[in-house]
Amino acid sequence: MSTVSGVAILTALTVFIVALILWVSRRWGSNDDSVVDQIDALLPQTQCAQCGYPGCRPYANAIASGEADINQCPPGGQAGVDALAELLGLPSKPLNEEHGTPQPPMVALIDEDRCIGCTLCIQACPVDAILGAQKMMHTVLASECTGCELCLAPCPVDCIDLVPANRPTIYPKPDSIAIRVQS
Amino acid sequence: MDWVFILVSAALVNNFVLIKFLGLCPFMGVSSNLESAIGMSLATAFVLTLASVASHMVSVYVLTPLDLVYLSTVAFIVIIAGLVQLTELFMRHAAPLLHRVLGIYLPLITSNCAVLGVALLNQQNTHSLVDSAFYGFGAALGFGLVLVALAASRERLALADVPEAFKGAPIGLVTAGLMALAFMGFTGFAKL
Repeated sequence: MSTVSGVAILTALTVFIVALILWVSRRWGSNDDSVVDQIDALLPQTQCAQCGYPGCRPYANAIASGEADINQCPPGGQAGVDALAELLGLPSKPLNEEHGTPQPPMVALIDEDRCIGCTLCIQACPVDAILGAQKMMHTVLASECTGCELCLAPCPVDCIDLVPANRPTIYPKPDSIAIRVQS
Repeated sequence: MDWVFILVSAALVNNFVLIKFLGLCPFMGVSSNLESAIGMSLATAFVLTLASVASHMVSVYVLTPLDLVYLSTVAFIVIIAGLVQLTELFMRHAAPLLHRVLGIYLPLITSNCAVLGVALLNQQNTHSLVDSAFYGFGAALGFGLVLVALAASRERLALADVPEAFKGAPIGLVTAGLMALAFMGFTGFAKL
């Protein structure tokens, strides 16, 4: 008798908890998040803030909540807008020139003779691509730099230049976007 | 029983990690980075308090009347696993950033023996509902305190000139041992 009721109670407890979890996942499901993730995956991850948001993820959030339009990302170019339109089932539209125009891939280069080691560019870099310390020479990790230009303005001695990047595109995942656009 | 007394007893005098040696895996595993240690202790505090209340209710209103106290361990494990899952779902909704930071650590709370230990000790000591909640919260306070303290010292140790053979986990274990010795100083401050 005791064994049977024990099994029954444990089963009931488990069923109750599973039902609670199912209800909560319906109620607060992660569907919204996965849309944000998908939008974020299409954005170029330059973190350049040209869209008017502090980075790609906040912009993805704003698109998902209907706050921002899909054509505010110049580094993504027209291909990026088209990919976002396809993902969200919206008509594609031309890139909004107010936020800038697509540029060829660039990478920042510090003129190391002129650098005074002020660390201002390190604080400005959204992807932590600049190495250096107080009163030490700074340098850019070319593989991490997205060419977002955010380090140019803070530099007090104007020792940072953008040079053409030695790579075909600034996308971290160039294939996925290209295939989307072609198909 | 005085609630402050329970809190101090569970957090310091009978610290779950350093005196009872429960929950050592997250204690060593998540203590290499201060930020994740803080997140982990917050998540554990939440789950631990909820789990001690829920397991107390199941124990008193379901298991004891039906004479099924011998099933407590299994029932508590089911409750804790469900609560962790619920916490993860809720956290993903309410604090996505925290969820990203904790990521893989959150499901680890399921196997944190301190959580099960609190539930079983509550039952053993026949705490009332409020007492159980305070005991769980006190245990979480103590867990968070030593976890954050160890993470802070290990972050400094990472920069220190540690002998080659002691680098990484060994010096972490030595540090934890020294902390346990220090916590023995609390013995006798308050007895439960």
